Amino acid sequence: MSVLVYIDHAEGKVKKASLEALCYAAKYAETQGSQVTALVLGSISDTVLASLSNYGATAVWHDSNSAFDGFDSGAYTKAIAAAATQAKATVVVLSHNSNGKAIAPRLSARLKAGLVAGAIALPNTSNGEFVVQKSVFSGKAFAFYKITTPIKIVSVNPNAFAINKTEGSATVSAFNSGVSAADIKIKVLSVEKQSGDTVPLPEAELVVSAGRGMKGPENWYLVEDLASALGATTACSRPVADVHWRPHHEHVGQTGITIRPNLYIAIGISGAIQHLAGVNNSKVIVVINKDPEAPFFKAADYGIVGDAFNVLPKLTAAVKAFKAQQH
Amino acid sequence: MKILVCVAQTPDTTAKIEFINNSTQFNATGVTFIMNPTDEWYALVRAVELRKQHGGTVTTITVGGTDNEQTIRKALAIGADDAVRIDMQPTDAYNVAAQIAAYAKQQNYDLILTGKETIDYNGSTVGGILAELLDLPYIALASKLEMPSPNSAEVWRDIEGGVEKVGVQTPFVVSAQKGMAEQVIPNMQGIMASRRKPLAVLPPFDVETLTMAESFQLPPQRSNVKLIDPENPAELVRLLHEEAKVI
Repeated sequence: MSVLVYIDHAEGKVKKASLEALCYAAKYAETQGSQVTALVLGSISDTVLASLSNYGATAVWHDSNSAFDGFDSGAYTKAIAAAATQAKATVVVLSHNSNGKAIAPRLSARLKAGLVAGAIALPNTSNGEFVVQKSVFSGKAFAFYKITTPIKIVSVNPNAFAINKTEGSATVSAFNSGVSAADIKIKVLSVEKQSGDTVPLPEAELVVSAGRGMKGPENWYLVEDLASALGATTACSRPVADVHWRPHHEHVGQTGITIRPNLYIAIGISGAIQHLAGVNNSKVIVVINKDPEAPFFKAADYGIVGDAFNVLPKLTAAVKAFKAQQH
Repeated sequence: MKILVCVAQTPDTTAKIEFINNSTQFNATGVTFIMNPTDEWYALVRAVELRKQHGGTVTTITVGGTDNEQTIRKALAIGADDAVRIDMQPTDAYNVAAQIAAYAKQQNYDLILTGKETIDYNGSTVGGILAELLDLPYIALASKLEMPSPNSAEVWRDIEGGVEKVGVQTPFVVSAQKGMAEQVIPNMQGIMASRRKPLAVLPPFDVETLTMAESFQLPPQRSNVKLIDPENPAELVRLLHEEAKVI
């Protein structure tokens, strides 16, 4: 019995969401007295491979085939399934991030293994069962799913599980997954990075989000100034994305993306139920709105009733003063 | 082009979420059901646009009981040519996807579209399972799909911190999200036509169920909001640092 974790990486670095998945796997393996094998596909440095031991991996398998340098969910699935079989894994863990969402369901079908997509807590294995909690109804409820197959797959929701760095050692070995260039059916043509070096929204711990209350895209510098002072990522409400004041990937809510940062600051967003659904798993919610009756205040931990155009510059200055004092 | 669109029915976005039978079952009493938004706005609308561009047919497929028929008629009103309903109560995502795969296997679709996830169980899994069972390429979370010819496509998918553009040949499976198309309100002509379009009802295929939702829980209520003087936002910064410990 062992646990296999698939490790996603980009630009030479392991993705934060994959370190979370690795720590999740290590924590689970610890309760079962089992080992954690981390699987890495494609070109990556030996230093990065060795560093995985500091997050709980006891073995690191690396298939360096350059066929993996472009992402094809089918080829990746084939490789992970081969590793799961060789490791005799009974549990496979990966992140519920953009690649994980494409791989995990394929793997479920290939291994005939039940999948809980977007886990937010460790499996409960009392009574000999395997039950995993996840958000459902876009964050309006939780469900507890039992996996009834011999092999179990868990994709871990980003920001749901803390990264725990420890001292460890792992053997790094080459792994041949049997995937060849002929398995690649999807060709990566180009990658367009979003401007700046802020943390991607699904992984962000601090998020500053704004809505129609900002009156127009030309006023977004106020939101961006606050976000940059905090080191936060920007987001927006649906109406704002729909009228193209902001790019669609910033839209959080029921039909956009669901996030669970440590801090969510909502500016000029009334708090429609569809928006709340996407953010109400945030640890702390701050609402800034000039309408004291805005429904969002009922879902907030802290609130400021005031005009964003007046409050934001002052708040940004206060954050800058705080940051200066910290150094 | 032969296109298949997976259409699910979900509770309305404003539905009150409650559970019954010792928190083991969603309480559907008094709940309005709608077509899953990403299936409708992005997958279906884009499928209809691609049929206009290249000709062919758009078929929708739904796994569910007779209570899904209003949703299916709406899909036909938006522009699908015909519909299939597999007559069973869905168990888990694997079972739903395997039902669809068993049907699609006999049909040779060029393109299969799903929404990025349903707004009830939020699995984001049907497209991927389907692709593996049919041994097809799968692109998840696509925000744009262009087909310069009926047998090749360029697909833009969201990745952390950016967008990746990929090339793929038909047949393939795509899950669609915001950006791919604009919502379409069915017109009277579409609604009239939808009543005469074929809707085939098929018995379920014999496929497995791999998971089971044992119970549900509502999230804990937040305590009352703490209001801060708008003239003194430094107080908010202090509270976020000292009390909430998030900065």
